[in-house]
Amino acid sequence: MKLLTLAEAVERHVADGARVALEGFTHLIPFAAGHEIVRQGRRNLHLVRMTPDLVYDQLIGMGCASRLTFSWGGNPGVGSLHRLRDAVEHGWPGPIEIDEHTHAGLAAAYCAGAARLPFGVLRGYLGTDLAQANPSIRSVECPFTGERLAAVPAMNPDVTILHAQRADRQGNVAIEGIVGAQREAAFAARSLVVTVEEIVDALPPAMNGIVLPHWIVSAVVHCPGGAYPSYAQGYYVRDNAFYQRWDAIARDRESFQAWMQRHVLDSRDHAAFLASLREAA
Amino acid sequence: MSGWTRDEMMTIAASRLLWDGCVCFVGIGLPSAACNLARLTHAPDIVLIYESGTVGTRPSVLPLSIGDGELAETAACVVPLPEIFSYVLQAGRVDVGFLGAAQVDRYGNLNSTVIGPYESPRTRLPGAGGATEIAAHARQTFVMLKATPRSLVAQLDFRTSAGFLDGNGARGRTSMGGGGPRAVITDFGVLTPAPVSDELQLTALFADATVEEARTSVGWPLRVAESVETIAPPGPSELEILRALHARTREAHRRPVHVPA
Repeated sequence: MKLLTLAEAVERHVADGARVALEGFTHLIPFAAGHEIVRQGRRNLHLVRMTPDLVYDQLIGMGCASRLTFSWGGNPGVGSLHRLRDAVEHGWPGPIEIDEHTHAGLAAAYCAGAARLPFGVLRGYLGTDLAQANPSIRSVECPFTGERLAAVPAMNPDVTILHAQRADRQGNVAIEGIVGAQREAAFAARSLVVTVEEIVDALPPAMNGIVLPHWIVSAVVHCPGGAYPSYAQGYYVRDNAFYQRWDAIARDRESFQAWMQRHVLDSRDHAAFLASLREAA
Repeated sequence: MSGWTRDEMMTIAASRLLWDGCVCFVGIGLPSAACNLARLTHAPDIVLIYESGTVGTRPSVLPLSIGDGELAETAACVVPLPEIFSYVLQAGRVDVGFLGAAQVDRYGNLNSTVIGPYESPRTRLPGAGGATEIAAHARQTFVMLKATPRSLVAQLDFRTSAGFLDGNGARGRTSMGGGGPRAVITDFGVLTPAPVSDELQLTALFADATVEEARTSVGWPLRVAESVETIAPPGPSELEILRALHARTREAHRRPVHVPA
């Protein structure tokens, strides 16, 4: 079992210029891992996530990324991701190249990546300008019916990072609740790092629970609270009030940088990050 | 002075369009309020699906995001996201897609991507999410948005999701399986597509709204149907249930969360 600290896992598995997917659809977003990437000052990352969410707003605003593949880039129920917008609209802190999809399209790309197929196929991107805006959205003819179908290139991250509730001592990972496209992103990746709330002797029996087998997991990191301010079903709830507060923090470049300095860069690790937020509350 | 707001009337009018037992793919924001109001009033067996993979969910408060824990805890089942988009949506198993947007044009096409040119947008909006395929594949869609000169527009800055394309049957000549927008619910009343042309026209007004108000709120020369229905004001129980839902929601979203240790 490859039990690492978060700093070791990022050091070993996230290189400058890598294609990195921190997945988790609203639930189980690996914030701790994102913050460690910021602390280690990674640059030129190709970030991949269906919903960039606050975690990529932070990485983009801190200058870690030069390219973004995504399908919905807002602060859910609140409004804009201001750091993403500033990068797209004004090139701050640097220009960011956009590879934009729909949820159905990016899901198909992950599924193809997991199966090591060259492309994903869907009855999608119909009647939308997205297919003109993004040259990687193409079409194929069905060899059986002749129907034109949308095709998207397989998504194979260099590394996928997930957060999960539990791993056992062998490195098997169990996820419950909303699972998004996490399993597809895991199987599609060249290496897979999973941060977990708990490491247990044996996983609870769940025949259909999402279990990532230890032989596809590159590293497990014990990181309680690692999805905060998103949530881990059964451990802590989504901090909706924080998502609402983020709007004001991130709206302005200076207040964003001050927040990242105080809570992320000046915190040694995730436990210190959480402690700094408890202190500020 | 009426005893309710236009926002409340809009949500109530939208909720009345849903029927009991229908399978409804729910967008966040205004649509989510309307769909849950329908569930709490006349449509207790409506099947609400959120793109996070929560199916048949019955939240007691409105979710802030499409993936709040409340949606999973009260769902009939929670499935992987690729399954929602392939087996459920593209397979044609959704009766109603309920969407919001930043802009709608006269043929019910939607923009939620950019204001200004795509390559150098003045305003970068969140993007498509599930909307493009919902608009293509749900048997019918309902669209909810507040009317401003910038929201109901003659020309979209970007077409994220298809309505009736250029109208006059253009949608029917594509491979889209779904029927397109059945109604656009806004804060003066309801627009629906005219037969043949597919152009959105005014077919229903709130009791306190006027044709003149509708015309000035829409960015194209709005056609008015021969007979314009007056939408019944909120019933006391509709209003009471909606207000209680919003009050519970506000309280829940404000509740401080203990930062995990």
